[in-house]
Amino acid sequence: MEVSAELILNALWETLYMVSVSLFFGGLIGIFLGILLVVTRKGHILENRLIYSVVNPIVNIFRSIPFIILLVAIIPFTRLIAGTSIGTTAAIVPLVLHIGPYFSRLVENSLLEVDEGIIEAAKAMGATPLQIIYRFLMPEAFSSLILSLTTATIGLVGATAMAGAIGGGGLGDVAITYGYQRFSSITILVTVIILVIIVQGVQEIGNRLERKARRM
Amino acid sequence: MIEFHQTSKVFESNGNKVEALKDINLTIKKGDIFGVIGFSGAGKSTLLRTVNLLEYPTSGEVIVEGRNLANLSQHEIREAKKDIGMIFQHFNLVHSKTVFHNVAMPLLLSGYNKKAVENRVYEILRFVGIEEKAENYPEQLSGGQKQRVGIARALVTNPSILLCDEPTSALDPETTKSILNLLKQVNEEYKITILIITHEMEVIKQICNRVAVMEDGQIIESGNVYDIFAHPKTDTTRKFVKSVVRDEVPISVYRLLKENSHFSRIFKIEFFGINSGQPIISKTAKVYPVEINVLFGNITELQGIPFGNLIVELIGDEYEIKRAIEFIMKQNVKVKEVFEDGSERGIDIERFVGNALHG
Repeated sequence: MEVSAELILNALWETLYMVSVSLFFGGLIGIFLGILLVVTRKGHILENRLIYSVVNPIVNIFRSIPFIILLVAIIPFTRLIAGTSIGTTAAIVPLVLHIGPYFSRLVENSLLEVDEGIIEAAKAMGATPLQIIYRFLMPEAFSSLILSLTTATIGLVGATAMAGAIGGGGLGDVAITYGYQRFSSITILVTVIILVIIVQGVQEIGNRLERKARRM
Repeated sequence: MIEFHQTSKVFESNGNKVEALKDINLTIKKGDIFGVIGFSGAGKSTLLRTVNLLEYPTSGEVIVEGRNLANLSQHEIREAKKDIGMIFQHFNLVHSKTVFHNVAMPLLLSGYNKKAVENRVYEILRFVGIEEKAENYPEQLSGGQKQRVGIARALVTNPSILLCDEPTSALDPETTKSILNLLKQVNEEYKITILIITHEMEVIKQICNRVAVMEDGQIIESGNVYDIFAHPKTDTTRKFVKSVVRDEVPISVYRLLKENSHFSRIFKIEFFGINSGQPIISKTAKVYPVEINVLFGNITELQGIPFGNLIVELIGDEYEIKRAIEFIMKQNVKVKEVFEDGSERGIDIERFVGNALHG
């Protein structure tokens, strides 16, 4: 059986839907956890051993579970949040839990790159910890954060390919069910080409935004 | 005014204790340009940072304008910091913001909006001489311009104290001079007390009126700049003084002297203040039958007072040399004999002349 253009378009839409929604929520979680990982570490503006020693291993745990396992392991939780454990919307829950901690590490790295002298200058002028975060740390790390977000987005595109395991659909699912299981090489080829284009596009947009942020 | 009372700071890491400050007692008076000099690791940076509590003293207290900031609440400390400006060796500007935005930052933190602070920001940018760079980003500026932005940012809240952490160490000599002049202007026009940390004696020489020398977490010498330069008491201080007031005869000159077979002795004559204006050398040469060969000379000015030294070779009869030196010493200048290996020895005039007369 040949695959219709409509099927591909529908799968493309599902992929974009999963990526964008989980990127939004995962992004928020990632930024929040990333900031937490930086400011609560030893010697930083809100040093807090308890918070750091809780958040740090939790992020590590989520980072170490392969996505395909996470997908099925948290089905009860998915049902609790999304009301169902199968379908495209249900797939968003594990995607967020996958990308949030991943992105938080990237955010952490970006923020740690900010020159300590700038934080010292901020402290010297009497900035509150919150002001240091949003007036100094975040703007200074902004261009680097854009690149981190780009990397996270591309990671998400890859992860959505596995969403088919819980009926999430998407391009990856089409490639597996039609291309692999029904021996349609052309389907695999088409979906792969579309995925490559998406990834190239995301990277290009990310690079351009980063350059603009640096004003070079 | 800043007062340090038995201020100590101990850093602990992995069970190792490092005493960065040991029992510091020091007073910086209102209107001073006070320099703290020392080699790296002497603790001078830590000392500076206890003033605005970037470092909390482990014991003792730091009183700033009559208040011990460490006793205040976090909120009160942040308010108090608006009265203490600070500039840094590496400027520490926010790269993602314009010069205007950088300078406005301390005011924005207090809740003002950009429009409301415009006049004040431009006024201070004009004062430091980079008004036309307001819309530029820090990366488009030279080192000297960046430090001017740093100074503008530190002054925008009208502080009464300015802390300077190695403000010129990343700048070339020419730019250093212009930044130091600007700091002097800040001190004079805004009556701001300046505490400046440096490892360059040139900085102390150019703008400070008082100085403290730090070594190993302690203040080993302090006083007004002229006294410290004229009468350094410790080896460390002498090393710093020598870095700007050179007083050593190059080895090649000694070698040349050795080749001459005539009898001669070498003396170092130090001038302070009004003595510098007297023609001691030519007078000596007229009165005594000795030849005077000037090997090295250096004169500089400290806070408007001339200060320098002259290294001379006296050639002639041993007896006449001694009489000539006695004459020079009577002019109220400090004389030391210098030897080939570079060592110096003070001259005990009684014994020296006594030997000359009887020996």
